[in-house]
Amino acid sequence: MLERAEIVRKEYLRHDKKFPHVWCPGCGNGIVMGALLRAIHALELSKDEVVLASGIGCSGRMPTYADFNTIHTTHGRALTFSTGIKLAKPELTVLTVMGDGDSTAIGGNHFIHAARRNLNLTAIIINNSTYGMTGGQYSPTTPFGSISATSVYGHVEHAFSIAELAATAGASFVARSTVYHATHLEEMLKLAIKKRGFSVMEVISNCHVQYGKKNKLGGAVQMINSYKDNAVKVDKAAKMSQEELEGKITIGVLADVDKPVSTEVYRQVVKDAQKKAGKISKETDKNGVKRYEE
Amino acid sequence: METDDNANKILLQGNEAIVAGALAAGCRFFAGYPITPASEISELLSVKLPQVGGTFIQMEDEIASMGAVIGASLAGVKSMTATSGPGFSLIQENLGYGCITETPCVIVNVMRGGPSTGLPTSVAQGDVQMARWGTHGDHPIIVLAVSSVADCFSITVKAFNLSEKYRSPVIILSDEVVAHTRESVVLPPQDSIRVFDRVKPDVPPEWYKPYADNNRGVPDMASFGDGYRHHVTGLVHDEKGYPTQNAKEVDSFLRRIHGKISKGFKEIQITKDYMMEDAEVCVIAYGSVARSALRAVRDARERGVKAGLIQLVTLFPFPRKAVDTYLRQCRAAIVPEMNMGQMAREISRVNQSSCRIVKHNRIDGHLITPEEIFKHLTTV
Repeated sequence: MLERAEIVRKEYLRHDKKFPHVWCPGCGNGIVMGALLRAIHALELSKDEVVLASGIGCSGRMPTYADFNTIHTTHGRALTFSTGIKLAKPELTVLTVMGDGDSTAIGGNHFIHAARRNLNLTAIIINNSTYGMTGGQYSPTTPFGSISATSVYGHVEHAFSIAELAATAGASFVARSTVYHATHLEEMLKLAIKKRGFSVMEVISNCHVQYGKKNKLGGAVQMINSYKDNAVKVDKAAKMSQEELEGKITIGVLADVDKPVSTEVYRQVVKDAQKKAGKISKETDKNGVKRYEE
Repeated sequence: METDDNANKILLQGNEAIVAGALAAGCRFFAGYPITPASEISELLSVKLPQVGGTFIQMEDEIASMGAVIGASLAGVKSMTATSGPGFSLIQENLGYGCITETPCVIVNVMRGGPSTGLPTSVAQGDVQMARWGTHGDHPIIVLAVSSVADCFSITVKAFNLSEKYRSPVIILSDEVVAHTRESVVLPPQDSIRVFDRVKPDVPPEWYKPYADNNRGVPDMASFGDGYRHHVTGLVHDEKGYPTQNAKEVDSFLRRIHGKISKGFKEIQITKDYMMEDAEVCVIAYGSVARSALRAVRDARERGVKAGLIQLVTLFPFPRKAVDTYLRQCRAAIVPEMNMGQMAREISRVNQSSCRIVKHNRIDGHLITPEEIFKHLTTV
């Protein structure tokens, strides 16, 4: 494990970047990043072929530190940039890391449409139930009744369940893990990256500085330990009642379906169109009509 | 020669000529969202792009379209989107991202009546200042205006060339009249069209600094996947692309991205002039209005009025030098616009002579007629 950590540190971090990073001590983002880099290493992907994209927020800073083709886009829009990159160069492995507010509030529309469209992309969503960077305001995953900088009387709205939302919107692969389950997370990430089609990896993470503090959930250690206590594997959860699952975190693969991947289908469309276009221009040439296009 | 030209003549509308220009310039990616009066550009490119190995995608909105356009360009493919007022409002967010990351791309705005949903099928020129200042923060941008079907082809090629050369988003302002008017045109053969591609780095990847200054102020641009792994961010960044708040680095970065456009003024600032040699009164116009203006100027000449036309092709950076020179020779300049005077404000700003600036504004969704302009020419 230590040896692998050393490889990851040496091989995949940008040493010309002015560290330290912006994340608070104990933040789950580092655990997610570590698992992601180990997964990429295990899959033997070339660094030149990997694109790591992000939106805005604490998670948005991750690409800065990783030695790939990296892009830190606008708030909520990361998947739209990834869509353009993937369509322009389908051979690239495009990974998009986002936060909960980033992906399901301001970027909610892009998220469901990316899932529906089913390009060969991987979305990694770090869900810490709050807007950490801006001071802990409520996000679309802040639980009902909890305290945030903008819901000091208790939150009156209900939370999204990101993984279930992704599956309903049409994602080919959906998995959930937590920052406690670092090894499990790494395995899930490997599956998500390998999957052909749109895959979503939701990671439950801690923001003890904002969300945890305001809701008296303890420090990083207590919060991360609570994920250990509350996590239920998918197969076990399937046998539990709705009441028993209250407050639990279902982890594992929640959806895995095979359907045509639009990136690949479109390549065929292009091939056919080119073939057909070649024929048409020959015929028109015979008639002496010159077309302005190729 | 004439028979040859006749054989090559084709009947096109402005939107179709923009498509032809884009393809000729090497555009191979389009992302957009349906909107009147720009939809023909999307529809035609959805057919044409696959035929040339390119990619078309209809996104969930214009915000997404602009994101995809920038993403594709960063991966090395010439990209564009086309929209109208309401969509132009939505692209502004990621347009700023294109400016700060110096990503070449072309945005077509076929102007219709506004504000808001406004007059979806009527002509207007209300987005002129927005094209310059629509996205937040001080930013450099290039804005070109088209006035004919032939323009739609050649200016679109120009837009791509400038965006590649200066690593800047370029906005093409068209309008409903230009977009839907059909004219017969002869498009130049592909081998006669000058196409400029972004300069790629030739240093070893470990030496590559994606935002380092050079004598042009335009850094060489690597594409994702080319082996030059680098970081792209909407935060102000240093020469390696990493976020910085260092005052010196911030200042030199922002001054460079403004300066690269200033350095290219001579090439970027395009105006066309008609009968200006001895003109005493002139019309300064752009877009479809320039067509009415040319007719009015010709009619005025027939009446013995020494009239001329300055057609603004580049709206921003405002072609101050050319306009100022002409203003000095005229006693009056008529500025007809289908807005409340958005370019007249620029012209007044640069006017240092005694030339009188006469605004003529029409905002009822109809094109300004030659007669309206003619009246001014014969009375000023």
